[in-house]
Amino acid sequence: MATQTQFHVLAVDDSLIDRKLIERLLKTSSYQVTAVDSGSKALEFLGLNGENEDEERNSSVESVSAADEDHQVGVNLIITDYCMPGMTGYDLLRKIKQSSSFKDIPVVIMSSENIPSRINRCLEDGAEEFFLKPVKLSDVNKLRPHLMKGITTKNEMQSNTNKRKGSEEIQSPDRTRPRYNELEVV
Amino acid sequence: MLGSGADRLRADVNRLLAFLFHQGILDEQFLQLQQLQDESSPNFVSQVVNIYFQESEKLLRNLRSLLMERKLSDYKNIGIHINQLMGSSSSIGAKRVRNVCVAFRAASDQNNRTGCLRVLEVLEHDYCFLKNKLHELFQIEQQRILAGGVGYPMQN
Repeated sequence: MATQTQFHVLAVDDSLIDRKLIERLLKTSSYQVTAVDSGSKALEFLGLNGENEDEERNSSVESVSAADEDHQVGVNLIITDYCMPGMTGYDLLRKIKQSSSFKDIPVVIMSSENIPSRINRCLEDGAEEFFLKPVKLSDVNKLRPHLMKGITTKNEMQSNTNKRKGSEEIQSPDRTRPRYNELEVV
Repeated sequence: MLGSGADRLRADVNRLLAFLFHQGILDEQFLQLQQLQDESSPNFVSQVVNIYFQESEKLLRNLRSLLMERKLSDYKNIGIHINQLMGSSSSIGAKRVRNVCVAFRAASDQNNRTGCLRVLEVLEHDYCFLKNKLHELFQIEQQRILAGGVGYPMQN
């Protein structure tokens, strides 16, 4: 049916060891990975500099940047550490969810501390999952449904836009066919 | 016979690992690291562990100099160092070192300098022990591969 597509995950963690670990976990699961060491670098990679989303792409970001003219940044999921100096994972989550371009990208939070109020706050504010460190392969296996959901959602939105007139009709998810070419990875 | 040396060495590796697990020096997170090692990343475990060594020694050095300060008041900074060491120890499965960090953090939270220095000594000792054992492990592994053993995945 569909052609083989690699999902692209943006991993954010200030710890080098944890970056290596999450990178390996994700690559083992056949994801393409970009790992950065701060929330601000993550936003930079996405092309979200400062307040203005339309701000020019940072030209000093090397070719690894997924931002280009035709496609939106090809990131399918963001996984971020909670405790980071400067911008926390929670701050990053909020910024992503407040962005019209990126609010639909699933965000997952990791933390070494098991604090229920922290976990609940992240989930309530839009995080799909909260992983306790150290992150294992079984955690990474939980990412796939969120990534697959992203395909369906995007196509439902497409269908809705195309059928603006006949909006009384009930849209069944089965009617959409996954369009993998939309997930083309740069 | 080609391979019998490798088999013996594999038994040595397993014996050492079993010892480290039994003593609570390592936990199952170390197994997770091993599982992530394969043809595409054949040195993953030693790469990550070597980063851990570099980072930990820097953290331990800083902790000692922070605690030796005449007018010690920066427990917040000490806490940050401890958290980093705790996190990375947990990530590689260094269970004992991680647990000592927990005790360290408790002493630091109480601004207890004497307690901190005592725990730091234990921490330095346990870290040294861990490092020696992991070096031993990598050495035997290396010999095993040279003797014709298959490099990956590391089976227990």
